[in-house]
Amino acid sequence: MDHTIKMNRYGDYGDREAAGGQQEAKANANEWPLWEVFIRSKQGLDHKHVGSLHAADAQMAIENARDVYTRRMEGVSIWVVESKHIHASNPDEAESMYDPASDKVYRHPTFYDLPDEVKHM
Amino acid sequence: MAIAPLEARFQEKIDRDIKIEPKDWMPPAYRQTLIRQISQHAHSEIVGMLPEGNWITRAPSLKRKAILMAKVQDEAGHGLYLYSAAETLGISRDEMITQLHTGKAKYSSIFNYPTLSWADMGAIGWLVDGAAIMNQVPLCRTSYGPYSRAMIRVCKEESFHQRQGFDTLLVLSKGTDAQKAMCQDAINRWWWPSLMMFGPPDDESPNTQQSMQWKIKRFTNDELRQRFVDVIAEQIKLLGMTLPDPDLRWNEERKHYDFGAINWDEFWQVLKGNGPCNQQRLDARRKAWDDGAWVRDAAKAYANKVRLKKEVA
Ligand SMILES: [Fe+2]
Ligand SMILES: [Fe+2]
Repeated sequence: MDHTIKMNRYGDYGDREAAGGQQEAKANANEWPLWEVFIRSKQGLDHKHVGSLHAADAQMAIENARDVYTRRMEGVSIWVVESKHIHASNPDEAESMYDPASDKVYRHPTFYDLPDEVKHM
Repeated sequence: MAIAPLEARFQEKIDRDIKIEPKDWMPPAYRQTLIRQISQHAHSEIVGMLPEGNWITRAPSLKRKAILMAKVQDEAGHGLYLYSAAETLGISRDEMITQLHTGKAKYSSIFNYPTLSWADMGAIGWLVDGAAIMNQVPLCRTSYGPYSRAMIRVCKEESFHQRQGFDTLLVLSKGTDAQKAMCQDAINRWWWPSLMMFGPPDDESPNTQQSMQWKIKRFTNDELRQRFVDVIAEQIKLLGMTLPDPDLRWNEERKHYDFGAINWDEFWQVLKGNGPCNQQRLDARRKAWDDGAWVRDAAKAYANKVRLKKEVA
């Protein structure tokens, strides 16, 4: 079945051509490696994933991250990690991973029905 | 798992407004559609720097120059956010760039028009970025997570682009007769191409349905175009200028502005590569890529050398 959408969406291009790209990216020997960027928006907060970029090495990744992700004072600290070092859980296993937590309501403070007279708890 | 239950589960997620993330199963056509749409959007941001870059060294004041540089730098950032989002779908950056350079991938045709005067910087910010914002705001809620996050970032930055454009025109509109004429001329030239940015009319877009069902697209081309006309037709009054359309008038029944017929022949011609600047834009991109090759190679060689040294030490 042909699901291809022959529709223009962002603006006025792209309705006649097939999209490129395979499921697996062709490993491109010439490309600089990909890095994931994490930014601490202010002192006291966690670093948060903001996106990714290409760079030849860690120092260049940090410099590029500064230009790409902090042009409006979005951060006070940057972490970069080469993307190949990130290991992720499998979304297909989400049920077996997280469902066991859903029937343990006693882990939440609201599970305990205490008399109103109990203060400061 | 067979494909049917996977597809059903996928659609159920979309219907419940649960975002799709890179490692989730998705129909191949959904993936392909996104790759095409996001990469072409990225190309538009990058090629879009060229018409404005043309005026950076000729901006009328240091203030205007700093503003224009900041805007063009933002567009480079937008291109990078979007390329990264597309890469999560399994296409490489180099592959996308090759598609642009060989003409396989398109970019927004609006950037194939020339920037003839300083007033064009104002008209582009107001009309072109304005139309882009109209398109992009609904995309913040698009169903693919990385695309949606990239669009949220883009939209946050875009509103300054449109405001600085209007501000530029406002100053010209209060200037000398020559400045006023320049302002009107820029509006005249950019108005119709801006309306074309929303794409062909809905009745020539038979497959909107699938895209809407996947929640990649949230509104049709004509809906967004009408919204844009309604907004701009009011804003132009503040400039004391006119839009180059004798048929533009408020329709009390529809509660919308009516507007004249768009020249779709011109649109298809520019898309096919016959616009005033298609060749120039692609040449500039290819040249930048080729001239930068030694920098990319040198940085890579240097990084390797440093790594080897560390390993030895
Ligand atoms: Fe942009
Ligand atoms: Fe912009």
